[in-house]
Amino acid sequence: MLVSLFITCFNDALFPQTGQAVVTVLERLGCEVAFPEAQSCCGQMHNNSGYQQEAVSLVRRFVEVFEDAEAIVAPATSCVAMIRGQYPRLARAAGDAKLERRVAALAPRVFEFTEFLTDRLGIEDVGAYYPHRVTYHSSCNSLRALALGDRPLRLLRAVRGLELVELAWAEECCGFGGTFAVKNAETSTAMLADKLRHVLDTGAEVCTAGDNSCLMHIGGGLSRQRTGVRAVHLAEILACTEQTAPAS
Amino acid sequence: MTAETFPQRAHRSLRDSQLRRNLAKATSTIRTKTAKVSAELPDWEALRDAGQAIKRETLAELDRHLVALEESVTRAGGVVHWAADAAEARRIIVGLAKAHGAEQVIKIKSMTTDEVELNPALEAAGIRPFETDLADMIVQMAHEKPSHLLVPAIHKNRSEIGALFRDQMDRPDLSDQPGDLTRAARAYLRDKFIETPVAISGANFAVAETGSVVVVESEGNGRMCLTLPKVLISIMGIEKVLPEWEHLEVFLQLLPRASTGERMNPYTSIWTGTQAGERRAGDGPGEFHLVLLDNGRSKILADEAARATLHCIRCSRCLNVCPVYQRAGGHAYDSMYQGPIGAILTPQLKGLDAAGSLPFASSLCGACQEVCPVRIPIPDILVHLRGRVVREGHAGLGEGLAMKAAGTLFDHPALMALALSMGRAAQAPLARDGRIERLPPPLDGWSLGRDFPALPKESFRAWWKRRKASR
Repeated sequence: MLVSLFITCFNDALFPQTGQAVVTVLERLGCEVAFPEAQSCCGQMHNNSGYQQEAVSLVRRFVEVFEDAEAIVAPATSCVAMIRGQYPRLARAAGDAKLERRVAALAPRVFEFTEFLTDRLGIEDVGAYYPHRVTYHSSCNSLRALALGDRPLRLLRAVRGLELVELAWAEECCGFGGTFAVKNAETSTAMLADKLRHVLDTGAEVCTAGDNSCLMHIGGGLSRQRTGVRAVHLAEILACTEQTAPAS
Repeated sequence: MTAETFPQRAHRSLRDSQLRRNLAKATSTIRTKTAKVSAELPDWEALRDAGQAIKRETLAELDRHLVALEESVTRAGGVVHWAADAAEARRIIVGLAKAHGAEQVIKIKSMTTDEVELNPALEAAGIRPFETDLADMIVQMAHEKPSHLLVPAIHKNRSEIGALFRDQMDRPDLSDQPGDLTRAARAYLRDKFIETPVAISGANFAVAETGSVVVVESEGNGRMCLTLPKVLISIMGIEKVLPEWEHLEVFLQLLPRASTGERMNPYTSIWTGTQAGERRAGDGPGEFHLVLLDNGRSKILADEAARATLHCIRCSRCLNVCPVYQRAGGHAYDSMYQGPIGAILTPQLKGLDAAGSLPFASSLCGACQEVCPVRIPIPDILVHLRGRVVREGHAGLGEGLAMKAAGTLFDHPALMALALSMGRAAQAPLARDGRIERLPPPLDGWSLGRDFPALPKESFRAWWKRRKASR
């Protein structure tokens, strides 16, 4: 199957290793990966900050770039939630019926990474090996907007050597929320303080999730407090095998 | 004067460790209880659908239902008053109290009277208002403001309340035990119920078909207010009307389970007009006035993307699950409507210039929408209101320019690549071992408790190109 990778702007600039891991996993599972280079941002930051007009032009770009793709995969829960939940609304609000139709036709072919593995490929054991104690943070978008359920956990449970520890208060937001983390920095930090406490309580050495925005936030706190616990995207865990070193 | 913003108020409340402790304890208790009793109903999701549908259909023909309500109330012997805004509502209610020569009035829990700032207007007219809901009474005695829709004194624990009662009720002997505190409040309030001829209440629902008004509460103090005084004045927002009696079946199940976590509401008072009215036989108030308040609600109704704000039945479940509310507390919202619902309702009532920071006081985590008994899409409405804040010019100029610039970069991948390489050069003095501990303004808030990852040497895009070339 030809999979078009939507890397997302955030991963492209700050977390290239996550994209490399996605490529590794998909190719290992027999997919061919394409990377349409005209792609950009999904528009989430603009939309959620109140700049919906700017967001609409990014909706148009996304549709133009990916319209003909067989399957589009993104390793970012919030960007996929943006496409599924907000694109139809934005197209409607812009009064562009044609864009609305194009969005509706495209959206069902956009998959979040773990969802693509479990639902589209029907695979839970991706052949990974990761000998570490790991806890999983379910991003709000994975939990609510995308309702991914235990898909990410099923993938993690199939990883050889991985010891999965349950995170308490798993349904609570880590406090990132995009520009919220800066505009309401103190409230955001107070939310993070509790999330970090729960992560540390697990005794895990790695906190993972399906979204690098939560992980940048949680990881930023873990790093600031010199906890020695690291934040790693789930794709990077799945990319590891006995033979290969972690993608870097 | 520039109004204080949510982050400025939260700056204070986040440091109040007693408040943080009180809030965490109270909200987690209520949230566990509401989760349990809503999950036990096999048709809970169907009830939510019904609640949403009834509210949506009622709002679609609100004018017709309100006129029908007026007719029914009038037929039952009551008098209906229409208040376009807070000032008109104050004028009507103060006028009625004065006409009866009242020197004091008793009040039962009504956020709407807080919304129209009734108490200061009564005091200015020489009429002393006594709040009779226990928590409202505590807040009034302490000269504070409510911090939770349903539990107005949630920010106070019993030792703080004990100290307040000892001081205000002149009872130096009083302990902090809940039983003693309740007995003291009861003794204090009983006199007020008996000696005061005019009561002012809010309303949870009003049924257009019958002209009945409904108040639900847990203490019985509301029942006293609604039945003892000769004159009863009730004020309600126009969105509270329900077309039919049968609709109460849905809401009287949804509300207690979502709000206090009770299976059935302890005190449900329903009255229809006066004792002289067609439906009563010597029962009820001698005189009944119903004030229907608009105060911005018609404008919310006209905004299709925000209309569902008016579905709210004030259960407060969204507050109890909100991670922002739980930490910043109700006073950070500077409104009688706090938490997620407050973050969408308050700016629409008070204006975006006065309360424009509220729609941003959310991480958009969606916990509120997940539990709302009438399925209000609060995150979508927050985003819609953020758009209005920007379009109506209440966002900073700098932010607008930055967002435009980011938009341009995102739309031109080549420019983005250039910006990233400039970023790599610029971060050199800040980054150490792949981490930036201190970001420059306006992003410095991030650095409060978080490191930021330095830009890696190579973007994914550049890696992909390199890989393709080498194959």
